[in-house]
Amino acid sequence: MSTLAPPQVKTTALPELEAVRAKFPAGSILPQEGLDQPVWIVSRDVLFEVCRELKENPQTQFDMMLDLCGVDFPDREERFEAIYHLYSIQRGARLRLKVPLREDDLVLPSMLKHWKALDWFEREAYDMFGFRFDGHPNLRRILTHEAFQGHPLRKDYDAAKRWILTEDKIYQPHFDLPDNSDDMFERMTINIGPTHPAMHGTFRLMAVLDGETIVASDVEIGYLHRCFEKMSETHTWQHVIPYTDRLNYCSAFINNVGYCKTVEKMLKVEVPPKAVWARMILSEFSRIMDHCVCNGTTLVDAGGLTSFWYLFQPREEIYGLLESVCGARLTVSACRIGGLIQDLPPDFEARCRRLVDMIPQYVQDVETLVNKNRIWIDRSVGVAAISGEDAVNWGWTGPCLRASGVGYDVRRAHPYDLYDTLDFEVPVLYGGDVYDRFRIRMLEIRESLKMIKQLLDRGMPSGPWIVDDPHVALPSKEACYNQMEAMIYHFKLIMDGIHVPEGEVYNMVEGANGELGFYTISDGTSKPYRNHCRAPCFPIFSTFPNLINGGSISDAIVSLGGLNIVAGELER
Amino acid sequence: MSQPLAQSPQTTQSTPTRSPYPTEPKPYKPGFAERLYLPLLGGMLVTMKHFLKNLFNPSRMYTISYPEERRDYSHRFRGHHILTTRPDGSVRCVACFLCAQNCPAECITIEAGEHPDVNIEKYPTVYEIDMLRCVFCGYCVDACPEEAIIMSNNYDMAYFTREQSIVGKADLMKPFTFDENQLGYRPRFPEEDVQRSKMRRDAFNLVEAAKQAQEREAHKAAHS
Repeated sequence: MSTLAPPQVKTTALPELEAVRAKFPAGSILPQEGLDQPVWIVSRDVLFEVCRELKENPQTQFDMMLDLCGVDFPDREERFEAIYHLYSIQRGARLRLKVPLREDDLVLPSMLKHWKALDWFEREAYDMFGFRFDGHPNLRRILTHEAFQGHPLRKDYDAAKRWILTEDKIYQPHFDLPDNSDDMFERMTINIGPTHPAMHGTFRLMAVLDGETIVASDVEIGYLHRCFEKMSETHTWQHVIPYTDRLNYCSAFINNVGYCKTVEKMLKVEVPPKAVWARMILSEFSRIMDHCVCNGTTLVDAGGLTSFWYLFQPREEIYGLLESVCGARLTVSACRIGGLIQDLPPDFEARCRRLVDMIPQYVQDVETLVNKNRIWIDRSVGVAAISGEDAVNWGWTGPCLRASGVGYDVRRAHPYDLYDTLDFEVPVLYGGDVYDRFRIRMLEIRESLKMIKQLLDRGMPSGPWIVDDPHVALPSKEACYNQMEAMIYHFKLIMDGIHVPEGEVYNMVEGANGELGFYTISDGTSKPYRNHCRAPCFPIFSTFPNLINGGSISDAIVSLGGLNIVAGELER
Repeated sequence: MSQPLAQSPQTTQSTPTRSPYPTEPKPYKPGFAERLYLPLLGGMLVTMKHFLKNLFNPSRMYTISYPEERRDYSHRFRGHHILTTRPDGSVRCVACFLCAQNCPAECITIEAGEHPDVNIEKYPTVYEIDMLRCVFCGYCVDACPEEAIIMSNNYDMAYFTREQSIVGKADLMKPFTFDENQLGYRPRFPEEDVQRSKMRRDAFNLVEAAKQAQEREAHKAAHS
């Protein structure tokens, strides 16, 4: 068990945050210098008011609640910490709030009034740590089974513990609906899923139907919960990379990059230019692939199988490219901390160029088929529409948010790697419905191709593909066979792992669904102390019942496809 | 770091009380031609084009008749593992346990035994990989300091029972995986270096031939 000391309190802070801090009693907010963003340690008693002020003050405007997670420090007097990540789209500013909690008093105010995004995040924190949120209307388990006991992300919970959970205690929703006994038709409650082809994974949708109209609905998730965060704590830093493949498996490479960049930030490692270049190209190809899958399956749900086949051809070719780089098609594990798995193949550039030339034709074909096709327009325009304001409040990011008229893109707002040197646009549409979500993905495929073309024109940088630091990356096999020192480093790195300096980092990349963030805490050992993944589709899917209520049952299926929910990422 | 967003910043600064984001969705409005279903004709041309192309040029079709036809995978494919051998046909592995340590899925079981040759010291008496647990990440190959475990590009793995999926030393050293065209992931290892695999295969074949000859001799001796 590690002994993470309570963090040192520092006093330098930004003026607008200081202005807010001055409004609250001294000592209730302690600012702290973070490695990546400002941090406040907030006392629980003022948390609700502090958040209201932070959200509504025009100087701060923290209008988006990105993430909520907990951390367990068994050695501290205040054992738990609830960690909120706030973001202001207008100012591009971030803030992390930490709320220390004693083990015997784990009650927090529910802040659903400020940010609806917290609905599921608070349930997750309850599930994983046992925090109780005062005022949450539906505080029950979300990722684990109803009959599960204990809180798995606490440090005293044994990761190898097994449960036998049976169906008899399964959750049955209760809907408060007005009486309709004098109506001629009865209402019917139907279950779609958990294993239903239209659910794109394992979700259970329960809907009360009046004819074909959904009057009330609820979703249940957690069927694909794989304890990603708990497993990270029991594996070394490198061993988490294959786990990240399985988050958003449609674009596994972006998850690899997101995780590796987080650890590299903590290690303060400079990734060689060749690896950065290749990571960007492959990330953009992965994004294209993900959008192809999402748009293709959405059209299948609406009955258009042809476009699905057209869109799956570029995907197949991109899988071939990824396979030639790293040896696997789906679960690539192509990144290593500090670079890539191995050198790029000699025909890498030629293959990329062929793909860049090939993909636009397929995108064009699909757009000709459906963009102005009235059958598709009737099915999708105005379906599951959400305004930009609501989308921000629900914590949406990525293409779905941009289809609602808010142009937030991590690549533009917080450029990482070489994105600030590239010429690209962030497409924004204002419909907020399935039709615009579809179109925006098509536009983004073109933007991604534009970026890849620019990167290819710059040429492949020469040099190594992984950082030359024996404390981070394995020495080359030749060195390992021929030099004593390299051999020692090789053994040391595998038996002992990478030692990441103490600290915490939240680092984000633009995933295919939105902002993919990893919040990682290290205690200086070879294993992550806490590794939390901010999955972009988690807040998006929490909106789903609200989106489909009042619509018809067939619209619900199309809108689920348009949101691009990937179970692996949603349930981690 | 942040740059202006795509929407107009004026509305946000002049009236901070009003929401800076669109409060109402503005759905797409179809034009006259679209309401008459006219653009469908263009769509039909696209499907017709694809249909004719596939009809007259079936070799360009993307679907393949697996298992008669197979996709070409690169020599980096992470497939079924291979335990490589020394020229005398014995296993190269020295039971250092690095691969088992570096396996995120914890699917490798090794039991070490003492090797008769003092220069080698150890060898695995048992080397098992649970193929149903394995995630084919290639970490074992990265870890191996002896080049004793590499991967083939063979992805045909199907088992009738869970017990069959635990693959032992004999299966991992099977000759079919030694074909140099079937080599897979070997990190930081020249792509063209097939010479070595040829040597391995020749050595294996020699040993195999010697074994068979021995068996034949024994058979003859028993029947004569």
